[in-house]
Amino acid sequence: MNEPKLTPPQTGIWKKYLNDARPFLALALLLAVCMLSNESFRSVQNLLNITRQVACTGIAALGMTLVIIAGGIDLSVGSLLALSGVSALMVMGRIADPRLAVAAAMLVSLGAGIAGGVLNGLLVTAGKVPPFIATLGTLSIFRSLALYLANAGTLSSSNEFFRETGSCTPLGIPLATICFLVLAAGFAVLLNRTAFGRHVCAVGANPRAARYAAIGVGKVQFMTYVLAGLSAGIAAFLFSSRLNAISSTDAGLSYELDAIAGAVIGGTAMNGGRGSIAGTVAGVFILGIISNALDMWGTSANLQGLVKGLIIIVAVLIQRQNND
Amino acid sequence: MMKLNLKSAAAVCCAAAMVFFGGCKQDDGKIRIGVSIPSADHGWTGGVVWWAEQTKKDLERKDPKLEIIISTAKDSAEQVSRIENLLVQGVKALVVLPHEPAPLTGICEQVKQRGLYLVVVDRGLQKDVQDLTVAGDNAEFGRRCAEEMAKRLQGKGDILIMEGVPCEVNTLRVTAFRQVMKKHPSIRILESQTSGWSQEKGLKLMENFLQKYPKIDAVWAGDDDVLTGALKAYAESKRHDIQFFIGGGGSKAIVKRVLDRDPLVPVNVTYPPRMIAFGIEYAAAAVKGKPMVKSKRAIIPAEVITPANAKYYYQPSSPY
Repeated sequence: MNEPKLTPPQTGIWKKYLNDARPFLALALLLAVCMLSNESFRSVQNLLNITRQVACTGIAALGMTLVIIAGGIDLSVGSLLALSGVSALMVMGRIADPRLAVAAAMLVSLGAGIAGGVLNGLLVTAGKVPPFIATLGTLSIFRSLALYLANAGTLSSSNEFFRETGSCTPLGIPLATICFLVLAAGFAVLLNRTAFGRHVCAVGANPRAARYAAIGVGKVQFMTYVLAGLSAGIAAFLFSSRLNAISSTDAGLSYELDAIAGAVIGGTAMNGGRGSIAGTVAGVFILGIISNALDMWGTSANLQGLVKGLIIIVAVLIQRQNND
Repeated sequence: MMKLNLKSAAAVCCAAAMVFFGGCKQDDGKIRIGVSIPSADHGWTGGVVWWAEQTKKDLERKDPKLEIIISTAKDSAEQVSRIENLLVQGVKALVVLPHEPAPLTGICEQVKQRGLYLVVVDRGLQKDVQDLTVAGDNAEFGRRCAEEMAKRLQGKGDILIMEGVPCEVNTLRVTAFRQVMKKHPSIRILESQTSGWSQEKGLKLMENFLQKYPKIDAVWAGDDDVLTGALKAYAESKRHDIQFFIGGGGSKAIVKRVLDRDPLVPVNVTYPPRMIAFGIEYAAAAVKGKPMVKSKRAIIPAEVITPANAKYYYQPSSPY
């Protein structure tokens, strides 16, 4: 009779920890390489710029991580961002008092995001439409609504308070970055320390077993879509406040792909059941640093997509190798 | 425990690297100029990118101390990020062709607050914060197109207008065009729609126009890329009622057609993408302390291309 081969426990544990820490090691290595090779990259202002540049896609990626861990996918994040932003700016344009207008814009943006998330969630859970198809449909619907409301143009606001809010830097750190990190911390606590978080992982890993364990699979999935919609709404507010305008055609275009890439590089499995918020943050930063570094090195903007694609593929290949 | 240690170690390394390297900065005595333009998404912007690169090679060859960094962006949000990156690289002057006026105004104000020299090319900003504007004469452009069209229609006919992206450039052109047409009451403008300065949209719009209107005398496509699309739609429709089209911009394909006396394209009006070259040259001169232009606006006139003078405007080596 063949006895199973026992791997010495030490190697097994090391491998697992290396596995989990991989995105952070990659991030550290990347930072080191970029800093050594390019002087413009090193400045503090540039590093702060990078954090600001990744904040909006990062927030979208946080919501996406939850959805993917629960076994679904949300392709409509970018379009929902555009729709929320357009609605917010439209409302803001109607209100005279600057502070009230900004507060209203924030509420509308979050509300629109949540509404979009609710729609996605209902389609997937109650309608039993496969997530890919449902969110593919809502991707078109949201984008079309945004284009219709803004007449395919760019909505700009003359509200100076809005722009100041967007470009303010409490303690020298851009507001968008702070929001991103706070939201990441919140989602991490949600995922790792609450029952809901455990349920999300369970539903993604094995929905049938989760149902037998009396976990409301539909409710859990529904909530992940709502949270993804909320993230899109927050990102929309920050995005439009930075530019004091939002382009209905360009805003959020391909954000869903960047969000998925960030989540995947960070170690979230596309099949669901496994993933971490910290990993997604690392993944999002890796993509942002690469984009910035390529720009500093003077590479053609057209080749950046090539590098991004290679990183995504390599990241997943390495993960699969170690999980077999 | 191990996991925590590894992650903390990575974090500490990152922080250490940042602190250590954050202070280092090389000063190599070069004068850097940043150029931020849209990426080549259609013929005209392709021409802008080509001219920018030619000017870079030219100026850097003549003055080795000059370093010109060209940065393209596919939309306004990316352009803002690219300008931030240029600022970090220590540029002394910035030449910007904004994708859209509103989103770029904020970052351009910041550029001015830092005391850098700012040149805005072609499309303006929401607030005039720049040191110099280099633009084509859009009102003149619209006027010339209208005058040439009225002349060839002998003052009467049904025409269509294909507008560009809704922005100041477009508004100036169309307003001037309509003002000239008011002087010719027998010329009727059937409809005016936006084609977004894109060849594909021009084709679709022309197909729709051909469906809606059984008889059209002339069409102002407003732009040579749009004109190419419109001509294709017209050829595919096999109709014969349109007398001629007028585009605009001076692209080599259309100038060739004028040169060959194509009956559908009798004339063209210039709007050269070369204006970016002027913008960069003026910025370089200003940064060296010898500004070439005294006023705040440098306007490039719109010129009419006819079969007689087309050979002077035909440049086969440029992409536009």
